[in-house]
Amino acid sequence: MPNYYQPEIECASHEQIRAWQDERLVKTVRHVYQNVPYYRNLMDKRGVTPDDIHSVDDLCKLPFLTKDDLRDAYPYGLLATPLQDCVRIQSTSGTTGRRVVAFYTQHDIDLWDDCCARAIMAAGGTKDDVVHVCYGYGLFTGGPGLNGGSHKVGSLTLPMSSGNTERQIQFMCDLGSTILCCTPSYAAYLGESIHERGLQDKIKLKAGIFGAEAWSEEMRQDIQQKLGIKAYDIYGLTEISGPGVSFECSEQRGMHVNEDHFIAEIIDPNTGEVLPDGEKGELVFTSITKEAFPLIRYRTRDICVLSREKCSCGRTHVRMSKPMGRSDDMLIVKGVNVFPSQIETVLLNKGYPANYQIVVSREHNSDKLEVLVEMTPEMFSDELSKVSAREDELVGALKAMLGIYAQVKLVAPKSIARSEGKAVRIIDKRKLY
Amino acid sequence: MTAKQISVFLENKPGQLTEFARLLDHNGINMHALSVADAKDFGILRIIVDDSYKTACVLKDAGYVFSITKVLAIEIPDKPGSLVRVLDILSENGVNLEYTYAFTSKKEDSAYMIFKVADNEKAIEVLDKEGIKPVCQSEMSELFTR
Repeated sequence: MPNYYQPEIECASHEQIRAWQDERLVKTVRHVYQNVPYYRNLMDKRGVTPDDIHSVDDLCKLPFLTKDDLRDAYPYGLLATPLQDCVRIQSTSGTTGRRVVAFYTQHDIDLWDDCCARAIMAAGGTKDDVVHVCYGYGLFTGGPGLNGGSHKVGSLTLPMSSGNTERQIQFMCDLGSTILCCTPSYAAYLGESIHERGLQDKIKLKAGIFGAEAWSEEMRQDIQQKLGIKAYDIYGLTEISGPGVSFECSEQRGMHVNEDHFIAEIIDPNTGEVLPDGEKGELVFTSITKEAFPLIRYRTRDICVLSREKCSCGRTHVRMSKPMGRSDDMLIVKGVNVFPSQIETVLLNKGYPANYQIVVSREHNSDKLEVLVEMTPEMFSDELSKVSAREDELVGALKAMLGIYAQVKLVAPKSIARSEGKAVRIIDKRKLY
Repeated sequence: MTAKQISVFLENKPGQLTEFARLLDHNGINMHALSVADAKDFGILRIIVDDSYKTACVLKDAGYVFSITKVLAIEIPDKPGSLVRVLDILSENGVNLEYTYAFTSKKEDSAYMIFKVADNEKAIEVLDKEGIKPVCQSEMSELFTR
């Protein structure tokens, strides 16, 4: 028996979904045009006014929004309600220069929680479940999102947050966690740790909801087998709300986009042209129910395919594939967004040349980030301790910028591969897509 | 009163030292002393050569990262207790050693210690009081000719 949180919405007819989208899009466009000068400028430049927008068909008339816009408008430039109506902010993992702050009214939090509740119920969650959330809590949306969703479902929620594997496993055993929410790499790590301790029989997990980083089908099989669960994918981004923008059902064939809240489009990343369903391109979202921070045609940079094929789970909302890559150079490492430009900034600030290479690999299902830096006479010393201290200082600065540990490897000058005079900046050894 | 040590950055991977030694060989450079300090991913090679100017030119052309450091080369009798005597003088006078290594020459019954200290002037002064005079770079080649 399928499990829905809001069956009348999740299984609504296409016509009904379309009617909601038409009405809410018109309203949202009017809302941002009236309340956000940044949007008004963008739309005026493009010669489009709210009067030109009557339905989803008119969406393509509206300008795109990118991460650069969000950065330009930081912090309040895209806020569409008075600040006093907001109750929460969340922020992306990226730091200086790339930080994105999203605002939420209580209404926005409620809708976000609803989306996460749908994901939990799609994974078989009920009020009898114990939902173990070890996504980080704080500015990161992972913890708060699934926490809120679990409350809506009425499950017993364990707000574990990330880290402290020993305690995670102890709570899991003692309190009988049934649904695990974390990054897929941490799930795999937990699986290994549980086996090492011979505790697999003490674990009552039946399902897991894993997101915030790319993971392959092989990794899914590995997690499912190690933890004896069914592993569900969940997708989201802080800009649009957080986890729960889309989620997997028991079919495990793509993630249903919560279309009553978000309109998904696929575009050609080079031309911006809208592509028909089934074609691969960049995923673009428009949020149509948010009050504080609605985004119109936000380019996610994730490369996906949308499918309107009927799903046997009964849900009618469009499904998106797992992201198959990025249309920019952003990397997601340990669930954290990393831009090569951030690493470049740190190196230049610390007086290093911008000759560097980022190597990302995955060992034992855990991401490893390595930054290769070419040695220069200025940073060299005959004393090992001095060179090591410089290396440590760089590691510290990278940690402060990225929020995650990056191993620094000093390499010989001119040893970083250059192609056509341009250095090859990123080597991603993970088989993610 | 000091010797010129050339310190070279080498990555910690197979063939790095071979390549370096071959470069010196091709340029007819002779090494008198050599030591390697190793970290996880890289090493610092420290050498005393017969022609440090030529070596610097060769390394620069080959694109190596290196530095030239003034170190103390101290001749000690090749017998038990002679290193202790020198170290005692340095430690009693508060001279801290950064690193040290040893080499021998054609001169029988003598060994040589390389000392990298924070303050060369002070080390020279305290050793001088005890009648110990460091070997300077110009004297270095004489040690290796019969």
